[in-house]
Amino acid sequence: MKFIDEYRDAVAAKRYAEAIARATTRPWTIMEVCGGQTHAIVKFGVDMLLPSAITLIHGPGCPVCVTPVEMLDKAIEVASRPEVIFCSFGDMLRVPGSTRDLLAVKAAGGDVRIVYSPLDAVRIAREHPDRQVVFFAVGFETTAPANAMAVVHARRQGLTNFSMLVSHVLVPPAMEAILASPGNRVQSFLAAGHVCTVMGTTEYEPIARMYRVPIVVTGFEPVDILQGIFMCVRQLEEGRAEVENQYTRSVRREGNQPAVRLIRQVFRVCPRKWRGIGEIPRSGLGLAEAYADFDAEDRFGVADRTADESPDCRSGLVLQGVMKPPECPAFGTRCTPEHPLGATMVSSEGACAAYYHYRRERLPEALPVTEP
Amino acid sequence: MEGIPEFSLSCPIPISDYPHILLAHGGGGTLMHQLIEQMFVPAFRNPFLDARHDGAVLAPDGVRLAFTTDAYVVRPLFFPGGDIGSLAVNGTVNDLAMCGARPLYLSAAFILEEGLPMATLWQVVQSMRRAADVAGVQLVTGDTKVVDRGKGDGIFITTAGIGAISHRLTIAPTSVRPGDAVLLNGDVGRHGIAIMAVREGLDFETTIESDCAPLAGLVGSLLEAGIEIHCLRDLTRGGLASALVEIAGAARLRIAIDEGRIPVREDVQGACEILGFDPLYVANEGRFICILPSSEVERALRIMRAHPLGAEACLIGRVTGDPPGLVTMRSRIGASRVVDMLSGEQLPRIC
Amino acid sequence: MGEDPLMRTGKVSFGGILKEVNLACVPEVKIGDYVIVHAGLAISILDEEEAARTLEYLQQIEEMGQSTQGSA
Repeated sequence: MKFIDEYRDAVAAKRYAEAIARATTRPWTIMEVCGGQTHAIVKFGVDMLLPSAITLIHGPGCPVCVTPVEMLDKAIEVASRPEVIFCSFGDMLRVPGSTRDLLAVKAAGGDVRIVYSPLDAVRIAREHPDRQVVFFAVGFETTAPANAMAVVHARRQGLTNFSMLVSHVLVPPAMEAILASPGNRVQSFLAAGHVCTVMGTTEYEPIARMYRVPIVVTGFEPVDILQGIFMCVRQLEEGRAEVENQYTRSVRREGNQPAVRLIRQVFRVCPRKWRGIGEIPRSGLGLAEAYADFDAEDRFGVADRTADESPDCRSGLVLQGVMKPPECPAFGTRCTPEHPLGATMVSSEGACAAYYHYRRERLPEALPVTEP
Repeated sequence: MEGIPEFSLSCPIPISDYPHILLAHGGGGTLMHQLIEQMFVPAFRNPFLDARHDGAVLAPDGVRLAFTTDAYVVRPLFFPGGDIGSLAVNGTVNDLAMCGARPLYLSAAFILEEGLPMATLWQVVQSMRRAADVAGVQLVTGDTKVVDRGKGDGIFITTAGIGAISHRLTIAPTSVRPGDAVLLNGDVGRHGIAIMAVREGLDFETTIESDCAPLAGLVGSLLEAGIEIHCLRDLTRGGLASALVEIAGAARLRIAIDEGRIPVREDVQGACEILGFDPLYVANEGRFICILPSSEVERALRIMRAHPLGAEACLIGRVTGDPPGLVTMRSRIGASRVVDMLSGEQLPRIC
Repeated sequence: MGEDPLMRTGKVSFGGILKEVNLACVPEVKIGDYVIVHAGLAISILDEEEAARTLEYLQQIEEMGQSTQGSA
């Protein structure tokens, strides 16, 4: 497909790998903060093309993975109510709450539906005026415009049976939390290309300055990621710490202004708990005062629910880049996609799931297949 | 155990961790295999089941027969390129073809939901008749039951099929050898996407049709030419990936494939990008893999490409020795990754 | 497409699959443009010149690498 295949080109990938190897004179540690990038790196094997001096760490870039347990419990409680049609992105259905997941609610007869857009949930609300339709609004800044749009549409159409369970998270505060934590080894970041398409790149400039880390806004295809890594390495080798943009075909410094305006209209910044990490101040989005009547937590009275994280799950350490999934004692034994201890083993962008599906075994060399 | 890593045998969590059947138990992935391995096979244990193949090869009084059974629960009942009826006939025919058998006779048991329009049933029956004619099989016995409204998806069809085997080969995972080649008869992902498109209301500039088709003729032409086929497997639920993982596990060998060699149509790829699916795991109904000695590849490809259902036949990989049961894929950018069994149903991704 | 800019939608082709997408955040979009879509909403118009420049970057760094031995 045009504008996708060119960025999966094997020859370009190899040339980038060589350029990176030539440019690297010392060990460097780079973190990528986007689940889509984690997925692409492990699926295409990008990290296997890099020189050993470069360490790639997977950051908390998977919104499904960082959704706190109590939010899952709230979702499960709401979805179990007979009058509710609970709409969600597919990924959330297998994430374990304290006792079960949304798929179990569906199996027990709950009306849980997979949608591809919150706008679909609004349509369902319009088509079922006798039911309460709840959308599980999980995501980084990338999905915020769509979620905001859904709320605005619902208000315009006068829908009283639509609400959202909001668990939005923001990237820059998470990056700062990682950089500020003692024992941090991250020296450079690949920033998420689609988050920045929406929000622009200016929020990262103070971070780069304050912590002296290069930040390169990067796309998702293997060639994009390799180019982003090259740009990080070059900055690191030259002692620079700036925000650079690799994903220029989609990202502009000022971002998408209509989208940002929409987000500011519907949402406000609030503290947010991150599964496995804890609460990070000013790291989430919640509904603004003017749209508070669309908040499902209030409508269904579940705002006060709390839950404890599983003591066996170490996904927090994985999400902060302190541990690689295969280093976790439960990896592949007590924790598998069929019996996950945490979200990172379930979400298709979770680091644990990516390693389980693509790297579980010691990998033999890639064999080219030739005609006889 | 096929496709399931050794250490999960000692997993302390027993199957009673799932007190209810989930949709994933029918998905063609790990959960379904667990159900088969931990409940069905031990209950009915015999050497025919142990072969773990699509159909059972029986030889009462020395006459070689293939016997298979299937159930069809597809929703929607009608989709571009087919319906539950043609699916039922072709699916059963294909299971027999994967034993290298010439399909002869089918049975069909219908479970109908109260309230199903008679015209719908007639359409399905007509479609089955047409598919049976094309495949050269006869429906020789059947059954009909009706369940209360709300207890079924309109129509469920269960089939059984019998075919005659005239070759002397053992076509099964146990015949696979290191050095064998893996051939695929065409592009993957069409059927699953055709179904999902109707369910999700996707429009196409040109409609994606299911690839539902009878493969017995194509397999027959390979056998008639004396090709030494080691193993055949049609790609149904769970897609190409699941079929390869099953065979690698049953054969206790490694299969290495090349992503760049697997044909996927652009619109199927586009739909997969939207839906967040991996084409490797999407269902097919007219595609199969053929594992055979490397020396036979050129001749086999020539025969397959001469047949309408094999026009895009290609070599996609090889069987090697080690490690047993592993399927690896060389990605488009040249790095290696494991091809795993799906754990549940493929769920659409967010980002 | 209605008059309300927030309800503006269009048909986007994903390799031949057509899907209705909300275009309110890309008001300058024209037929034939490539867009980045997320959760049913277009978040940017793909800049084709920049896309080409991205693909040329590799060439540039290799030339620089050859002439200056290492980073420029």
